[in-house]
Amino acid sequence: MTTLLTWLVEPLQQEFMVRALLVSTLVSCVCGLLSCYMTLKGWALMGDAVSHAVMPGVVIAYALNLPFAVGAFVFGVGSVALIGYIKQMTRIKEDTVIGLVFTGFFALGLTLISKVRSSIDLSHILFGNVLGISSSDILQTVLISLLVLTVLVVLRKDLLLFCFDPTHARSIGLHTGVLHYLLLSMLSLAAVAGLQTVGIILVVAMLVTPGATAYLLTDRFDRMVWLSILSAVISSVAGIYWSYWMDASTAGCIVLVQTLLFLLCFLLAPRHGLLAQRRRSPRASRFPSA
Amino acid sequence: MPSRLPHLSGNERISVRHLCVEYHGVVAVHDASLHLDAGTICALVGMNGAGKSTLFKALMGFVRPSAGSIAINGLPLKEARRARAVAYVPQTESVDWNFPVNVHEVVMMGRYGAMNLLRIPRPVDREAVKEALDRVDLWPLRDRQIGALSGGQRKRAFLARALAQGASVMLLDEPFNGVDIRTEKLMIELFEQFRREGRTLMISTHDLSHVTGFCDQVVLINKTVLAYGETASVFTSENLALTFGGLRLEAAPAAATDPDPQTP
Repeated sequence: MTTLLTWLVEPLQQEFMVRALLVSTLVSCVCGLLSCYMTLKGWALMGDAVSHAVMPGVVIAYALNLPFAVGAFVFGVGSVALIGYIKQMTRIKEDTVIGLVFTGFFALGLTLISKVRSSIDLSHILFGNVLGISSSDILQTVLISLLVLTVLVVLRKDLLLFCFDPTHARSIGLHTGVLHYLLLSMLSLAAVAGLQTVGIILVVAMLVTPGATAYLLTDRFDRMVWLSILSAVISSVAGIYWSYWMDASTAGCIVLVQTLLFLLCFLLAPRHGLLAQRRRSPRASRFPSA
Repeated sequence: MPSRLPHLSGNERISVRHLCVEYHGVVAVHDASLHLDAGTICALVGMNGAGKSTLFKALMGFVRPSAGSIAINGLPLKEARRARAVAYVPQTESVDWNFPVNVHEVVMMGRYGAMNLLRIPRPVDREAVKEALDRVDLWPLRDRQIGALSGGQRKRAFLARALAQGASVMLLDEPFNGVDIRTEKLMIELFEQFRREGRTLMISTHDLSHVTGFCDQVVLINKTVLAYGETASVFTSENLALTFGGLRLEAAPAAATDPDPQTP
C-alpha cells in the first residue's frame, strides 16, 4: 500500500510532472472528444495527414517568433484545402491525394528545420516533449483546447448529424460546407495540442484510438464521448507515470497504454468484443432479423 | 387524420422550368420541366445515370442549375429549404446502420433546422417526434440503436424523420429496394396517408411494377423529362422504349454515354 502511494505521489513532487499531467489531461479531453467524430466520419487518415502537415507551420512560426499554433493552423487547414482541390480537379482517389499532400508538407517541414537555425529540437516536434513543456506552450495549449472544446460542445449535434447523414443536414438548411471545414479546423488545432504531448508521429493515435475504443463499448453517442475521454485521460496519466518510473519515451508509453486499452475492449467489450461475438452465432450478430 | 402542414398558399408543390444541370461541362439534365400539385404521388422512372439523383439534388438545392428555375410551394429553393419544405429519404444502402444513434435521435434530427443553435428539443419538437413515431408504429422501439431494427422498421424510421420535419415535399430514393411484400404494403399505406394530407411524394424507382399500382403521376427521365403526367397516359410502351431503350437525345450526346457523374 505504501509502495503504491509512493509510486503515485513521489513524481508529483516534481513540478514538471504536475505540469505534464495537467496539460496531457486537458489535451486528452480535447482529442478524446474529437476522436469520436473522426472515428464515425472515417477521417483517421485525414487526421494523420493534418497532423503531419502542420510541421512546416510549426517550424516557420518558431523561426518568426510567432505562436506555433498560428503556423500550425495555417498549414493544417491549407493541407486540407489542397487535398480537396486536387481531388476535385483530378481523377486521383482521395487516399492517394492525402498520402501525397501530407508527405510533401512533412518533407517541407523536415527540410526547413534542418536549414532554419532556431532553438527547436526536431525530436520534440516528432515525439513530443510534455515533460519539458514551457509556460508559453502551456498557455497556447490551454487556449487551443478551450476553443476546440467550446466549438465541439456547442455544435455537437450538428456535427453528429453531419457525420451521420450530410444530405439530410443540408436539406434542412444546415451549412454542411461550413461544418466540414470547421471540423477539419478543429482537427488541425487538436493536432497541434496533441503534438505537445505525443509529437507529430503519434498524435494520430490521440485522434483515433480513444474514439475507436469507446465505439466498441456502446451504441449511444453520449456515452461514447465520455468513454472516449475517459480512456484518453487514463492513457495519458498512466503513460506519463509509466514513462517516469521506467525512464521510457513518454509518447510511446501514452500511446502504448491507449493501444492496450483498445485491445482489452476489442477482446472483452460486452456486445462488440471478440469474445461476445464468438458466443453468439456470427451470422446472427451481423445481420439483425429482417 | 388532419393535415399538419403549415398553411401553404397555392396548390403547386413542385415547379421545375427548363432545368439544365451540368457537371464540369457534362450535361446531366437538359431542359427538364415538370409541375406537381399538392397531394400527388409521383414516380420518377429512369435508368441509372439518367439524372434521377441529379434532379433530386436540384430539388434540394444542392446543385446550381446552369439554366432554368425551380420553385417549391411557390418559393425559391433557398426559402423552401429554410422552411424545411423538402425531406429526403435516403436509400437504405447509403445509411451507416452501425452509427451510435437510436431511433428517437434519428427522428429528432428532422427537427434540427427548427431548433436553436444548441439543438435542445422544445416540447413542440418532442411532440412532433412522438407523433411521427406513433404514426409509423415505432414509438415502443424509440430507444433502439438504428442497426437493431429490421429492414421494414428502418424504412419507417426515416419516413418518421421526414414527418417530424413537417415536409410538404418528400423525395424518396429507391424506397422499395430490398423490401419484403408486407413492408411494401405498409409503406404504400403510409404514402397514401401522406397524399391525403396534401404532401407530394416523388419516388425514384427503376421497378416499374410499383408505378401503376399507387402512383398518380409518372415522370420518365433520360437526361431530360421525356414525358410526365397521369400514370395511365404516360405509361405507354412507346415512352418506356424511349426511357429504357437507350435512345439518346441529340441535346446531350456527351452525357448519354457517361456514367453517373454526380457522386458527391
